[in-house]
Formats: sequence, structure tokens, C-alpha cells
Amino acid sequence: MNKEEIIEKLKPIVKPFVKDETAFNAINEKTHFITDLNINSANLVDIVLDVEEAFSIEIDNESMEKMLDLEQTILIIQEKLSTK
Amino acid sequence: MKKRVVITGLGIVAPNGVGLDAFTNAIKSGISGIRFDAELERLKFSCQISGTPEISDELKRQYFTELELRNFNATGILYGVIAGLDAWKDAGLTIENNSENPDWESGTIFGAGTSGIEIFRTSIYKIDAFETRKLGSTVVSQTMNSGISAYLGGKLGLGNQVSTNSSACTTGVESILMGFERIQQGKAKRMLVGSTSDSGPYIWGGFDAMKVCTFKYNEQPEKGSRPMSTNASGFVPSSGAGALVIEELETALARGARIYAEILGGNINSGGQRGEGTMTAPNSVAVQKCITDALQDAMVNPNEIDAINGHLTATSKDALEIKNWSEALNRRGADFPQINSLKSMVGHCLSGSGSVESVATVLQIYNGFIFPNINCEDLNEAIKTIISEESIPQMMVQKELNIVAKASFGFGDINGCIIFKKYKK
Repeated sequence: MNKEEIIEKLKPIVKPFVKDETAFNAINEKTHFITDLNINSANLVDIVLDVEEAFSIEIDNESMEKMLDLEQTILIIQEKLSTK
Repeated sequence: MKKRVVITGLGIVAPNGVGLDAFTNAIKSGISGIRFDAELERLKFSCQISGTPEISDELKRQYFTELELRNFNATGILYGVIAGLDAWKDAGLTIENNSENPDWESGTIFGAGTSGIEIFRTSIYKIDAFETRKLGSTVVSQTMNSGISAYLGGKLGLGNQVSTNSSACTTGVESILMGFERIQQGKAKRMLVGSTSDSGPYIWGGFDAMKVCTFKYNEQPEKGSRPMSTNASGFVPSSGAGALVIEELETALARGARIYAEILGGNINSGGQRGEGTMTAPNSVAVQKCITDALQDAMVNPNEIDAINGHLTATSKDALEIKNWSEALNRRGADFPQINSLKSMVGHCLSGSGSVESVATVLQIYNGFIFPNINCEDLNEAIKTIISEESIPQMMVQKELNIVAKASFGFGDINGCIIFKKYKK
């Protein structure tokens, strides 16, 4: 799965946690969940759970710690998909 | 010099009415909120009737965001937030979302017996299936007992004390008195007080097992809650929340707030589970002392009491409660004030009861009426030997009320009594 496809699949997962519509519409590979999208850090675990379900993968604790922006998230998803 | 404290806002989520208009109409008309409960039947409860407030999804969305409603299943928090925010708005206060600063002068003491018991249940199943990592981020905020005060504090931006008290069925009265004392002492100008209770089989099951709930009215739900009746056979489990905005008199007057009533004083005590008191039975000496100490705190003479809102759950203890009121006030027969029990219409809202019933009591004072007791056409004989039948109205009475006493008693042999007075300029 390429970056664009993953971003498209991530958008509906992230949307419920973002209050700022403009920030959400500007989502790109460099977007940071907390500093750009202003997502409550407690909600990051909910995003990870939804990502696991949407991509049928399991994300370990070490990977989870790195999932603070789109770039890392995409890399982790690609890695997990490739080792499935 | 103690500050005077008045009630300026009310909010209610009760089995027979959600919102002040629906609830006021229901209690004036003697409308029962007790229904047959199919889930209790399925789970083979002895008591298959309950009082559960009806909250539509549409109403929920007026108080919670879509994000908050994700994986949300805490009925106590749901009821408490609706009642609490309603009381705030009813007091003419605004809900500021844009201010960076908390409101340092306003706080909340909002009681609960448990929180998010349904979430607890599903979480336990997940944990036992080795899926702790899948619990999500809101299990703690929904299941911590102080969940309700935390939700309210955040929605209102409260900067004073934000906590939850818990004292079984006395919780609601206790929360009001704790907030009252805080304002009296000048530590806050305004407190949102009240209490809430979760709904459902996992909160009510323990009472069903103790056989303290009635199992004789599964076919006639609305007849099931029978305080002071010869055929009283146990309480009907229910849930709900009552909320009151209380504030310093001067602050209320300065902002031109409508004043429902004044809180004159009250008392909280315990029978220590000594004498006739146990975990589940009241020590009458303590009950009477609670009432007399409340009157003393309020500087009210027993003869000034115009009406009483009792605890009166519809168990065998109702007659004992009447005897305790009678002895504490030294008033009997036709001299006894009029007394009523909201539980005849809404059942026993447990940790929510004291505040739900206090809201009803304050509405009586403000609007000048005494709501009817339903389901006691067959008055208990022992009660009739203590007080006159006229003291137990079965139809609504239009009456100017000046001073009304309200009491709640709870497991752990604990008592709470509060004295409300009509506010006159």
C-alpha cells in the first residue's frame, strides 16, 4: 500500500479526534497529531486501536510510542503490512 | 460571620420526568416513573420493575460531543451531566468554552455511589481475555467514582473544589450540605451540588439478592413503590440525578438571580452501627439526633416545620422513620407536619435519591404545593397510631410553605437532614 492510499485510509480514523477543520483538511505526510491537529494525547491510543482494526495489523508498544505524526505512522503501517 | 446560602438553579433527570417542567408536572399529578424492566426479567431478578430515566440520543447530543460519546456507557455520568448543566443554565449562568481561565469562585461537589458500572463490566471481560491494551482511553474517566465531578468541572471550567462525595443513599443530601458549608465559610461563592446513580442490573443486583426490593408487583409496576402502605414490600430500584446551583446570597442578589429557596442549615451524622444500628439498619437515637441537630444548626423551632420530605423507601422501616420524626420534633397526631415520599413515584434512586428528592422539595417551596403520596391508600396501621392520616396527603395540596425539612438515611448507619426555607426579600 502506498503513502497516498494509507493517508486516505487514515483520514476517517483521525477525523473524530480533530476539532479544527482547517487543520484536518491540510493533513499531509508531515502532519503531527498533537502539535498540528491538537489531538488530546490520551486519544492517541484510540487512534492506534482503530488503525489496527482498519489495517488488520497489530502494533507493538515500541512502535506505538513513535506514532506521533503521519510520516512515522505510515512507515509503521507499511512495515507491519509487509511482515503480515 | 457565616454567609447566607441560597438556591438559584435546579436540574433534574428522574424516572418520571427529565427537565424541570416535565418533572414538576409529574410530581404534581402523581405520575409514576416505574416500568416493567424486560432486562431484569431476562436475568431472573426477583424484582422485575425499575425506574429508569428516558434519555433520547438527540438529547444526549445536546450535552456531549460525538467524540465524548465514543465508547461512552456511563449512565450515572449521563444523568449527572444533564442535570448539572441544566441547573447551571437555569441559574442564568453561561457555559464559557472560550475563556482560558477557570472560574476560581465556582466548584462542584457531585456525589455518586459507583461510576460507569457497564464499562467496568466490559473492561473486566476484556482484561480477562488478555486484551487490556484494547480498553481505549476513556475507561478511567468513566469508571473513577469522581467521573461525574470531573466531567462537570471540565464542561463548566470550574476552578474551585471539584470532587465527588459518596455515602450510600445519603449522598445527595450530603453533597448539598458540603457545598453549603463551603460557601458559608467563604471558600467558594458558588457550588454545583447534587448526586447521580448508575442504572441497570449490575447496580441493582446486590439489592435484589438482599431481598430488599419488592417482587410482588411485577404485573403492576406503577403500584410497586408503596411507601407508608400496609402492603409495602420493599423498594423499587431506580436511578437518576438531581442538581442544585447554590450560592452566596450577596452574589446571587448582585447578579439579580432568581432565588428558589434558602438553605438554613442541616446535619450529617452516623449511628456508628451501635445500639440498634447495623450496616443496614438505622440507629434511631442517631436519626433523631441528626434531625434535632439540623434544626439547631438552622436555628429553627420544631413547630416551624411546615412539611417534611422523608426518606421512606417502602420497606418495613417506614413506620420507624415516622416514629423518629415524631419523637425528634415532639409532634404527633394532627400536629404532625405533612410528610411525603417521592419514592412512591420514582422508586429509590439510591445515591441519586437525596438530590432528586431535594429538587422536588425545593420546587414545592418555590411553587407553593405539596406533591401527593401515591400507592398508600392502605396506610400502614403502625404509622396511623403515630400521626394523623391528614399528615400524609394523597392528593396534591396547594399550600404556602415556609420551612421544609428533608432527610435521607443510608447503609452504614448514616443520616443527613437539611432545612430549606422560602426566600423572602
